Amino acid sequence: MARRIRVLVAKPGLDGHDRGARVIARALRDAGMEVVYTGLHQTPEQIVEAAIQEDVDVVGLSILSGAHMTLFPRVCELLKQNGAEDIMVMGGGTIPEADVKALKEGGWAAELFTPGTTIETIVDWINANVKVD
Amino acid sequence: MLEVSKLIQGDKRTTAKIISLIENEGEGKRELLSKIYPHTGNAHVIGITGSPGAGKSSLTDVLIKQARNNELKVGVIAVDPTSPISGGALLGDRIRMQEHALDKNVFIRSMGTRGCLGGLARATKDVVKVLDAYGCNIIIIETVGVGQSELDIMHYADTTLVVLTPGAGDHIQTIKAGIMEIADIFVINKSDLGNTKKIVTDIEQMLDMSPRYHGKWRPPVVETSTLTGLGIAELWSLMNQHLETSRASGELRVNLRERLKAEVMEMVEENLSKYLWDLFAQNGGIEQVLDDLADRKLDPYTEANRIFQKFFIERGNDNV
Repeated sequence: MARRIRVLVAKPGLDGHDRGARVIARALRDAGMEVVYTGLHQTPEQIVEAAIQEDVDVVGLSILSGAHMTLFPRVCELLKQNGAEDIMVMGGGTIPEADVKALKEGGWAAELFTPGTTIETIVDWINANVKVD
Repeated sequence: MLEVSKLIQGDKRTTAKIISLIENEGEGKRELLSKIYPHTGNAHVIGITGSPGAGKSSLTDVLIKQARNNELKVGVIAVDPTSPISGGALLGDRIRMQEHALDKNVFIRSMGTRGCLGGLARATKDVVKVLDAYGCNIIIIETVGVGQSELDIMHYADTTLVVLTPGAGDHIQTIKAGIMEIADIFVINKSDLGNTKKIVTDIEQMLDMSPRYHGKWRPPVVETSTLTGLGIAELWSLMNQHLETSRASGELRVNLRERLKAEVMEMVEENLSKYLWDLFAQNGGIEQVLDDLADRKLDPYTEANRIFQKFFIERGNDNV
């Protein structure tokens, strides 16, 4: 049995709009990945705990609230505290270019996708960056 | 290297990694499980099955709460279907259970069926063992949303709950073979919607007609609502009563022995199959045989007997 790429799609914080997250979850499913979706209003603690128990390769955060500069670092810190910094963090949402640069340079996100990104781009990125040994 | 000692000590990351290795049929799976097995046998395994949308995940959520109120450590295995088209899966059962995500004594794992058609994943039975050794007192297996005949759960759960909702079919549905026969407890969920009397009566009448239950555990029918909390305490106590009853009657052990027989035979068959394919490969493959079968020069029935005779009977002692 071949190993499947496992992805946690999560909506941290207070924004209540998960259409994008659901579109991504569905698309990754259609790309042959196992996608765990945890629903709205998750704390970084809940997300990290789910990521560990589900043993995912990637955590995808969908953030439209503007709180990305807080939430990405927090999730990364908690992963590290739990010895799970090998789980990749990516994300998407309405994130200004300057913040994208800062988050990536700070090591708080492996990749970020902003509005207009095609689904294919995201699938290709995951396939290229997850080691399926 | 994944250490069983860390699993026993309750390390979550190790537990999750061991589950993945088993799910992926990874290197050393059997060796790992053989080290885990002596630490199992302590958990009460609950199966929750029913049609899509019947409320299995929400029911799992409220049962986690009951278990935690009783200071029990809980494991949950939530199975969702794998796409036969892409091989991917959307695992969404956790959404209803995220309230417990931060509870150190709750471990929830989602699984895709990965081609298995009985309502569970192939690896589910082994993941139960991992969570048992991890120290869970109760393990809840939530099946995929089932129809009438995905019944694997009956083999792996000590107590099987069949979840139904009001207004689901006439009395003929309740006397059909399949899912209605595997319940240890019938749960009529969403009872807050009303109109439960008919389905309860239909099930009770079905049970009256069946000699199977005479003098034995007769599956109780309990009305629940995860919305209002109605019937949940009663369901909890019935689950425990069922465990005690089937332990006392010896049925628990009978079921365990049956389960182990199936497991051992499955592994022996895997070994035999691999052994046989290796032999075929060493003997030039079976391409010629397949051609002869397709051309009607051979027939599959005689050929199957010949292969068995040649590789198992004649080679006999010096090869097996």
